[in-house]
Amino acid sequence: MSGNHPGLSNNFIRSGEKFEWSKENLNEIKKIISKYPKERKQSAVMPLLYLAQEQNKNWVSIECIETIAETLQMPKIRVTEVASFYSMYNSQPVGKNLIQVCRTSPCWLRGSDKITDTICKETKCGINETSEDNLFTVVEVECLGACSNGPMIQINNDFYEDLDQESTKKIIENIKNNIPNKIGSQKGRKSSENA
Amino acid sequence: MSEDSLINIKINSKEIQVDKNLTVMQACEIAGEEIPRFCYHDKLSIAGNCRMCLVEIEKAPKLVSSCTMPLMDGMSIITNSEKVKAGRKGVMEFLLINHPLDCPICDQGGECDLQDQAMYYGFDKSRYHENKRAVDNKNMGPLVNTIMTRCIHCTRCVRFATEVAGVPEIGMLGRGENAEITTYLEQSITSELSGNVIDLCPVGALTSKPYQFKARPWELKRTDSIDIFDAIGSNIRIDSRAQEILRVTPRANDLINEEWITDKVRFNYDGYYQQRIDQPYIRKNGKLEPVSWPDAIKSLKQKLKQSKPLSVIGDQVDIETGYAVKKFMKNFGENNVECRTDNQAIIHNNIESIRFNTPLTEIENADLIILGGTNPRIEAPIINHKIFKAYNNFAEIFNIGENLDLNYPTHQIGNDLSNLNSEDLQKALKKSKNPLMIIGSGFLSNIQDVKTLKALFEFSYKYKIITEEKNNLNFLTPHASRIGNLLLGNTTNIDCQPLSSINKKDFDIILSFGSEVIANSDFENLFKVYFGHHGDEGALKADIILPTPLYTEKYGTFVNIEGRPQEAKKCHNPIGQAKEEWAILKELSNQLSLPFEIESFEDLRENLSKNYPELLLWNNIISIQKSEISSNNYQIENCKPIYPISNFYMADVISKNSITMAKCVEEILSKPLLEKSA
Repeated sequence: MSGNHPGLSNNFIRSGEKFEWSKENLNEIKKIISKYPKERKQSAVMPLLYLAQEQNKNWVSIECIETIAETLQMPKIRVTEVASFYSMYNSQPVGKNLIQVCRTSPCWLRGSDKITDTICKETKCGINETSEDNLFTVVEVECLGACSNGPMIQINNDFYEDLDQESTKKIIENIKNNIPNKIGSQKGRKSSENA
Repeated sequence: MSEDSLINIKINSKEIQVDKNLTVMQACEIAGEEIPRFCYHDKLSIAGNCRMCLVEIEKAPKLVSSCTMPLMDGMSIITNSEKVKAGRKGVMEFLLINHPLDCPICDQGGECDLQDQAMYYGFDKSRYHENKRAVDNKNMGPLVNTIMTRCIHCTRCVRFATEVAGVPEIGMLGRGENAEITTYLEQSITSELSGNVIDLCPVGALTSKPYQFKARPWELKRTDSIDIFDAIGSNIRIDSRAQEILRVTPRANDLINEEWITDKVRFNYDGYYQQRIDQPYIRKNGKLEPVSWPDAIKSLKQKLKQSKPLSVIGDQVDIETGYAVKKFMKNFGENNVECRTDNQAIIHNNIESIRFNTPLTEIENADLIILGGTNPRIEAPIINHKIFKAYNNFAEIFNIGENLDLNYPTHQIGNDLSNLNSEDLQKALKKSKNPLMIIGSGFLSNIQDVKTLKALFEFSYKYKIITEEKNNLNFLTPHASRIGNLLLGNTTNIDCQPLSSINKKDFDIILSFGSEVIANSDFENLFKVYFGHHGDEGALKADIILPTPLYTEKYGTFVNIEGRPQEAKKCHNPIGQAKEEWAILKELSNQLSLPFEIESFEDLRENLSKNYPELLLWNNIISIQKSEISSNNYQIENCKPIYPISNFYMADVISKNSITMAKCVEEILSKPLLEKSA
């Protein structure tokens, strides 16, 4: 049973590969940890989870969790608790482009369901699924905070706003053909100025 | 309590004075108002997530959870208004929304907090018509059964594992409706105290695996008893039906075990009925053959005539039996009873050299703890919990001996008792305000010279481990019978290595009261008589076996490591033809025309209390004479530890025969090792 929360499940899995911090990340970790009192290293668990996710092809494996627990000298279950609490840590491998479709009321009223349908059709994968070519993973999420520009989606770290079926289709096409997309409003307005 | 720490508050318009450091819930309890709760527990940190303890506080806009609310001067608390009742009803309704209606098949039924409180504070019917949520069951090992759909997310088990057991392995994954309690990757809990989560769980989510579907609480007879599988003397309650023990649970005793007991005593009761010796046996032509009681007594009588017997007393023998043995053996001369079957070194006539001198409640106040030749995690898990508390109060823990896997980090300072003189340790000792030392039988059973023991006392005086006010030099034995029998004087006058030093040629027959040492090759040439309840090594080598009852099948007194006698009551009749030891010895004395003076168990206790009045004053620590300060500059000699227990789940004849304990070894001890090596 998946419950009412959107997103991937809480079941973290092993990648089967060893996870070791990259050199750059080790430096970054030092910086992050120095922000907290010495005996409160554990406070750095969330930024470290992000680093690990970034380094590990956009998902957090059990190996990542165990490395973080070791780095911060905290119990593994505590790291797992944090990682499972937040939906933005991915518990399973995701495609190159993680498409998050906002489904909260403002976007939904403006037709986010249609956007979801279009994306699923174009990428040939269902919600919470990864496409066969490993190019896309589609998930539904709650409010991403761009309500006045709904409906909107987030692909990896970028927002695409003011979508309709046409523009959504275009964005997916472009990704497939390796053509860079225009970030932000697809209707040409600046941030959230009056439409 | 000083005057200025008191404040005036009103509870249901009744004025009372309470300590200002209490919470609203605690104040309500003092005032005699019952507050329902699920997540709050005295011994755990406060979570405040079940919301069942809501009360009304005047001028507060909403109901307040009383377990998290600190008191303020002049506060007016209302616990019985309509608003509070409605609030509780609401919380109860929400808790029951996702709780299955499976009380008829739930093991918690009849002793379930949720059931009881739904009865008192809830609605009588459900208004919820949606689908209920279902949660997959999780593996928590061979002891704890999980039905996670019943979980109400109070997180008591999570807090217990982290704060009390010291193994942060349980957690809550996900959030909101998707929240689930689980162990890390569904591995077994590796704590020796894990069974306590069963008692803590306010619903039927965590229940006992061996007790599953066995009985309802109202069918069970309750017997107060004592844990004899370590020497702490944890208070237990044995639940039985007819002639069978169905489960063991703790009794709260803040002076000893608080509310916890070890997994061994909680779950090894199936071993009580396995491999039992149910009738007398005699070895004929190298083979043990069953005989009748009169025949067995007759042939033992023939042997005891004109012979010099030696008696050894096992690790789980009550003092009543110990006293009967002492009385019986007196007829055969001096120095022929020995209870120190692990060669424990003692200073004679000095109780401080055998017992745990710090009150158990004081361990957590130490700021430096030295563990010498002891693995408290498996020898005394309750003590380990208390050391863990001290560790959480920022105490430093030093360990002399092998590298141990305790639940807290230790400074390792060598593997030899003489490492006590190491500089690191002495530096720390000089800084420490309240140091504490625990010497375990690992060292005690290998000390060759009593001067070393005396040197430990001198060392303790030097570093203020012993002062005028306190004695923090502690000796820890894992055996429940030891302190009691030493107090009775059931020992030879050899200080160190008693069992090895006894001249076996002086004796021709050895009587073993539940001790397995007769299987040692040392005693090969002696005629061996085994008084016991389980057929194990000792019985296998014996020439005569006499069946005796288990501690649950007779009344008995056990003295714990502090020197606190406590009574273990009889739960049901002995199995088979087992007879109590004193009765066998009485019969033997009659046959041999020796004086014994004891006709009944009451006689035995009367006689015992005449000679050792304090030993039958249950629950009070016996009076201790302070030992004299010697200053002979004794040296601590080299001594390597020989740990008494290597396998927590299989340390005595009863546990060895328990199927549940065997499963624990398989699933808890062996599995992680395999995974580590993989």
